[in-house]
This record gives sequence, structure tokens and C-alpha cells, in this order.
Amino acid sequence: MLQTFLDSLIADGTFGAIPRDVAYAIGMVAAGAAVVFGFVLNISGVTTFVERRVWARIQSRVGPNRVGPQGILQWLADGLKLLMKEEAIPYAADATLFKLAPFVVTIGFITAFVAIPFSSALIVADLNLGILYITSMTSLVVVGIMIAGWASNNKWALIGGIRAAAQIVSYEIPAALSIFTVILITGTLSTQGIIQQQGWGPWDWFIFHSPFTFIGFFVTFVALLAEGNRTPFDLPEAESELVAGFVTEYSGARYLFFFLVEWGNLYIIGAILVTLFLGGWQAPHITDSVVGMNILQALTFIVKSYLFVILMMWIRATLPRVRVDQLMTTCWKYLLPISFVNFMGTALWVMIWPQGFRFAEIVLTAMGFGLVGYFLYRVAFHLRRSGAQITLSPLS
Amino acid sequence: MTEFSMFPVVFYLLATITVVSAIGVALSANIFYSAIALMGTLVGAAGLYVMLAADFVAVVQIFVYVGGILVLTLFAINLTSRIGDVSVSNRAMGRFPAFLVLAIACGAMVRAVQTANWNLVDVPEPTSTIETLGNGFLTEYILPFELASLVLLSALVGAVVLSRKELKDEA
Repeated sequence: MLQTFLDSLIADGTFGAIPRDVAYAIGMVAAGAAVVFGFVLNISGVTTFVERRVWARIQSRVGPNRVGPQGILQWLADGLKLLMKEEAIPYAADATLFKLAPFVVTIGFITAFVAIPFSSALIVADLNLGILYITSMTSLVVVGIMIAGWASNNKWALIGGIRAAAQIVSYEIPAALSIFTVILITGTLSTQGIIQQQGWGPWDWFIFHSPFTFIGFFVTFVALLAEGNRTPFDLPEAESELVAGFVTEYSGARYLFFFLVEWGNLYIIGAILVTLFLGGWQAPHITDSVVGMNILQALTFIVKSYLFVILMMWIRATLPRVRVDQLMTTCWKYLLPISFVNFMGTALWVMIWPQGFRFAEIVLTAMGFGLVGYFLYRVAFHLRRSGAQITLSPLS
Repeated sequence: MTEFSMFPVVFYLLATITVVSAIGVALSANIFYSAIALMGTLVGAAGLYVMLAADFVAVVQIFVYVGGILVLTLFAINLTSRIGDVSVSNRAMGRFPAFLVLAIACGAMVRAVQTANWNLVDVPEPTSTIETLGNGFLTEYILPFELASLVLLSALVGAVVLSRKELKDEA
């Protein structure tokens, strides 16, 4: 996609006498910069603001509402403040590694965006190994966290780093296994290829493909939550035990980078789930214009992914943190066997019905919506019983 | 004049990263620095795989070695107390013999590179290797593939047996 576009530009003579390979390099850097500055930084920043407001609303507080209309510019103010702060490096810390850690973490996070699609045409590179590439690149984040924990020369930071490593290495296995169940169905690892085999309707999504993928979706969600160090699995930075875990000694811009990754990761988790299980950017074909369809697809994808970001905020505001032993039990005794059964089950299912089994898909779709409906009914019931006063407008 | 190509530039960049980090792994006095330098070597090697049009091997290299083995190494380093003062068990062999062996090995390799009859082919157009690999593993090479998984399984069981507490108590 990018290559054909650049080829046409070279043919037009836009680059003049610049050699072809250098033109490609310029194009790649430009595309990378466009994604990083146009999307990644903004989505992470806005997410911090949205998280604070959603949290505040759940806890009957107001939240930041002073900078800009309804506080929408709060994230810019926070970012500027952190950039201008002095960066303290502890006297006994290993200064080189201390400075290196935020870079490793940020590289692992930003390179994942190469294979995350926005619409049928908008993707930096449609890699053949897309989903495997994303999972392997995000594993660089762990290395960065471990460097941060060790280099800080602080017991809290070290324990935070060790916890992060143990947690992420353990949960990578169920996450990868459940991601591979989807690959059994599609036969391709390319993110665009996976999405193209789904439809815009929920009955065409892979979550409702078979009972195994239905369970696999929840396994993936839990495993990715743990990999993203999110509540209820945020043990590496458990405030009540470890001050701030591996970021205890960080300040200023380096602290900013860790939190950029933390909140940007929420979007990556949402995007992986939406790509694999929830139809990706597939939208009903309502206009013949290519640009129009792409805008619609991009909106569909971003809205679906962001719904997961908001769900994760909700989980963080309501669930308590698990203990370390509970964390490991969840992974090794429950998620791992379940994902093995899912893997074998999906393989059998694909062997028996290579084209999918329409009846099961419709029943599962109905069941899924029934579950959501019952959940909403129970929530409403409890809210009525407790006599809670609810303000539905987000602005009041 | 042939058109300028980025290929050698990128190759020498990746090769420098790989070799310099490998030297770092060997020469660092601090074992944590060695582990971090190992990451540079592994990522550089992954880049070289990409240049050889072996995309799957490259991604798996990062997935398994950086995401798994390197993290476990760092984990072990972090959990070991007083890892700084390691006592080298065998000091009998000094530096001089080591450099002698190194010089002989280097000479042999340079000689091999000079005399070898290199079979030059054009750089292959990067295509996806994963389909060929998958089909190969499940048809032609199914026996080695299954044997390898058996070996890995026995290694797993062996690790569990070795780390069992009750066995240690009996011994």
C-alpha cells in the first residue's frame, strides 16, 4: 500500500534525483511519524484524561475539569509540566541503564503500531506475520521494565520489575495460544487477512464462530489485561505495597514515557481483541466512495477498540487487586488448560465445518447479546434497590 | 552506474550492532550489562534474518529469545543475591592461551572465507515464508518435527521432576 503510493510519487518525479531506496526510507519515516504524532501520542494522552474523568464519575467525584472545556486539555498540561520538570537520577542508580529503560519500553510499544490496522487501506505495513509481530514486539516492553527495576537500585522498583517479568512471561502463553485459535480459522497471520475473513455483522465475527472461540475471547482478554499490567493484575506497581513499583525512582519526561506506554497499551489491547474476535474495521457497505468507506471503517475500528479501553477503566475502578499466588493460579491452573482445550476444540471444529457452522454462530450471537442484556438488567436492578442517585450526563 | 541501494548500508549497520553487542556480552564485567548487550545481539540477528528474507525466523527470534529466554535470564540475575562477586572456579587457563586459540580460530575462518567457492545468487524478493514452513513441517518433515516436540516435552517433564521439593528432601 505504502510502496505503491511511493512508487507513484517516484514516477511523478516528486523526489527528483533521490535514489529509490532513500525515497522509500523517507516515506517510511514519514508514515511512522504520522502514526506516532497523529495518533499514538494523542490517543494515549486523551486516554489519561478520559480515565480520570470516568474514574471520578464512578467514585462520585468531579475529576479534572479546569483546563479547556470540561478539562479536555488536561493531558496536554500534564505532559508539558512533566517535560519541563527536572529529571532526578538517584545517586546510587545505574545512570546509563536508568536512562535506557524508557527508550526500550517505548520502542516495544510504538513498533507494535506498524501492524495495527485502522481501515482497509490505512495500515503502516500489512505484514504477513502481523499478529505474531505485535505479540513479539510488545514483549520488548518487559525487558525495559526489568531494566528500569534493576537500574533504579531500589527494592520496591526491583520487586516491581521481577513481578512484571513473572506475570508477563506466564500470561504470554495463554494469550498466544488463544490468539493462535483464531489463526487456525483464518490460516493467515496478517491482521488485514484476519479482518477480511470476518463480516460487519456480529454473526460473522470470530468471537461467535464456535463455542471455543467464544471462551477464547475471554481468555485472551484476561491474559492481555495481565500483560498490560492493568487492574486487577497491576501487581508490578501496586501502590499499597510497592510505592509505584518499577517507576518509583522516575520523574519528569522519563516518567511520562512509562505512562504513555501504559495508557497507549490499553488501545493496543482493544485493537488486538477487535482485530481477532470482533470484526475489526468491517463496516456495512453504505457508500461506493473509497475514501468514505475508509473513514467509516476507521471510525468503526477506533470506536470498537475504545469501548474496550473504557471497559478496562471500569474494571480498574471496581475490582480489587489479586494476590501474587492468585495471579499465578489463574494463569497456570485455569487459563492455560482452558486455552489448550480451546486450541484442540477449534482445530476439530475447523476440520468438521471448514466454512463455519451457521446455526452455532447464530445461537452464540443470541447468547452473547443475551448475556450482555442480562448483565445490564442486573446492574439496573441493583442500582434501583440501592436507591443510587445517577447523573447520566457526563458534563454535569 | 548502478542505482544506489540501501541494502549494504542497512546490512553493515545491523552487523555492527550485532558484533558490538556480542563483544559487550563477552567483555562486560557486570553480568546485567552482558544480558542487556545480549538483547542487542538478538535483535541485530533478527534484523539480519529479515535481510535474508526469513521473516518468520526473525519474528520468532524476537518472540522466543527476547520475550522468553532473555527475560528469564534477567529474572534469574535479579533474583540472585551478590551476583557481582562471582568466583571463577578455574583460573588455571590465563588470557594468553585464550588469545592464542582465538587467533588460530580467526585465521582458520579468514582462510575459509577466502578459499571458499561462494555461490552468489541475487537477493530474493521478500515473500512470506510461513506457508512453505507450515506445509513443510506437517508433510515432508513431520518426523523431525514430532521428534523435536517429544524432546521438548521430556525436557519439560525433567525440569518439573528436578524442581520438586519432596524429591530434594529424600536425597
